[in-house]
Amino acid sequence: MMTALNPETDAPVTGDVIFQARGLVKVYGRVVALDDCDLDLQRGEVLCVIGDNGAGKSSLIKCLSGAIVPDEGTMTLDGETVTFRRPQDAQEAGVETVYQNLAVSPALDIASNMYLGREIRRRGPLGSLFRMLDTKKMKEQSEGSLKNLGISTLQNVSQAVETLSGGQRQAVAVARAAAFGSKVLILDEPTAALGVRESAQVLKLVKDLRAQGMSIILISHNMPHVFEVADRIHVQRLGRRVATISPKTHSMSEAVAIMTGASAGDVSEMLGEGEK
Amino acid sequence: MDRQTPVQRFQQLLHRYPALGPAMVLVVAIIVFTLLNTRFVSPSNLSLITQQVAVVGGLAVGQTIIILTAGIDLSVGAIMVLSSLVMAKTAVSSGLPGPLALLLGLVVGAAAGLLNGLLVTKLNLPPFIATLGTLSIFTALALLYSSGQSVRGQNMPGLLTWTGNTFSFGGFQFTWGVLIMLLLYVVFGFALSRTAWGRHVYAVGDDSEAARLAGISVNRVLLSVYLAAGVVFAITAWILIGRIDSASPNAGADANLDSITAVVIGGTSLFGGRGTVWGSLIGALIVGVFRNGLSLAGYDVLYQTLAVGVLVILAVAVDQWIRKGRA
Repeated sequence: MMTALNPETDAPVTGDVIFQARGLVKVYGRVVALDDCDLDLQRGEVLCVIGDNGAGKSSLIKCLSGAIVPDEGTMTLDGETVTFRRPQDAQEAGVETVYQNLAVSPALDIASNMYLGREIRRRGPLGSLFRMLDTKKMKEQSEGSLKNLGISTLQNVSQAVETLSGGQRQAVAVARAAAFGSKVLILDEPTAALGVRESAQVLKLVKDLRAQGMSIILISHNMPHVFEVADRIHVQRLGRRVATISPKTHSMSEAVAIMTGASAGDVSEMLGEGEK
Repeated sequence: MDRQTPVQRFQQLLHRYPALGPAMVLVVAIIVFTLLNTRFVSPSNLSLITQQVAVVGGLAVGQTIIILTAGIDLSVGAIMVLSSLVMAKTAVSSGLPGPLALLLGLVVGAAAGLLNGLLVTKLNLPPFIATLGTLSIFTALALLYSSGQSVRGQNMPGLLTWTGNTFSFGGFQFTWGVLIMLLLYVVFGFALSRTAWGRHVYAVGDDSEAARLAGISVNRVLLSVYLAAGVVFAITAWILIGRIDSASPNAGADANLDSITAVVIGGTSLFGGRGTVWGSLIGALIVGVFRNGLSLAGYDVLYQTLAVGVLVILAVAVDQWIRKGRA
C-alpha cells in the first residue's frame, strides 16, 4: 500500500482552474493555522475539502470566503488576482459561502432571507423616496431560483424560515448562495446538522448545481457524503494540502489514512518521520 | 406536517400574527367594561382614553424598534423629559421662537438616542446596562438644567402646547398629539414592513451573526435604530407638553416601564426579531382601557396597577408558549 503518492499528479488538474490559492499562510499567535497552503478548483467540479480537526480547513475556507485575511499568499479567481478584505468583497467577486451555522434569519420568510442584504426596491418614487421594497418581484424571483435549482420541497416563499425543517433551511441557504454566486459556491459542512433523508436532499442539490455548471467547494467530515459527490478530494493536513485524490482511484480508508497521516500523501516527509 | 390539534393551530396563528392575541384581549376588555358601565363607550370617554394613551403610545414606537433588535431602553422617559425641558426652557427663558425651540428639543432627543446607540455598538455594552446608566445621566441633566422647576404651558409659544389642542372628528374629540402619535405608528409600521431597513432590523434582532454574514452592517442598523428612537422620544416630548400643559422634570417617572409594558403586552418578543409596532399600539390601548374601565367600574386605582401587572406576566408567558411552538 505504501506506494509513493504524488499529491499534485494524483488527481491532476486537467481542466480550466476557476479559483486558485497559492501559498496561503495564517498564523494566530504561536498557532500556524495555514502553512503555505494551496488549493485548485476546476470549473464545474465539486472539490471536497477533508481534514482532521485543526488541519486548517476552517481557516482555508475563511480566507477563500473573505471572512479572514491571510497573512501571506495569493488567490486567483477566473484568471484575476483577488484580495478579499470582508465577506462582501468575496460576494461581489462572485464567491458565495453557505456557513456551517446556517446564516438565515428564522423569523423572516424565505423570500426575505433570499434577498437579505440585497433587497430590491420598487421603481419610481415609491422606491427611491420611500425606500419601498418590491416584495412581489423578490417573491417571484425567489420562486424562480428555487425552481431552477429543482428545489421542490419549498412551496411557499412567504413561509417563515423557522417553520422549515433543517434540510429545508439548508436548501434556502444554498439557494440563496447559488442565486447570487456567479462563479464559486463554498459549502461549509452542509450536512453536519442533518438527518439521513435531509442530507440526501442537500447532496442531490449539490449534484444538481454541478450539473448546471457551478463550481463548488464542499467541506465535510462525512466520508460517505464526500465520496458520493466529490470529483476530486483536497486533503488538508497540518495547515497545508497534502494530496488531491480522486474518489475513483482511492478508497475511503485510504483518504482517511492520508488525512490522519497513517500513510503518506507527502510521502518523503512522513516516511522520514516514521523511520526515526 | 402531521395532524394538528386546534390548540397547536392557534399557537401557530399567534406565532404568525403576534398582534392577534392582544387585539382579542382589547376587544374582550372593551366588551366587558361596556357591560360594567355603558358610559365606557361614550365618545367623550373613548376620546379621553386616546389622550391618556398618547404619551405612552408614542414612547412605545421607539421602544418597539429597540426591543425588535433584542435590545431594551430604560432611558426613554428621561430622554422625553430632557427634550421637553429643552423645548420649553429655550423658548421661555432664552426667548427662542417656537419652531426653533422644538427643533432643538428634537436634536437633543436624537443626540441622547445616538449616545445610547454608541454605547451599545462601540463599547459593546448590553443595552440594559447602557440605558440604565444613561437613565440616571439624562434624569440628572434634566434636573440640573431645569433646577427642578417646571415650565408652565401658558408661558410657552403656542406651537409647543398645540399638541394638546383638540379637534372634532365624527363626534370624537382628538388632540393633535394623538394624531401625531398615530402618524408615528404609520411611519414606523411602513418602515418596518416595507423597507430594507425594516427587514434588517428584524434580521439583526433575530440572529445578529446571521445578519452579519448576510452582508448587513449590524452596528449601522443598531445605531440607526437608537437614533430614530431618540427622535421618536423627543416627538413624544412635544405630545407630553400638550398633554400636561407644562414641561416638568418629574413627568416621566413611570414612562420607562409603561412603554416596555405596552410593547410586551402588544406581543413583541423581548428576545428580538418578532413583533410589530401595531401590536404596541394595541398594548398601549389595552393598558389605557384597563385603567379607564376599572376606574369607571368603581375599582380602586391599586387594582388598575394590579391588573396591568397580571397582563404583563400573561403576555410574556404567552410569548414563551408561542416560541415553544416553533416547528
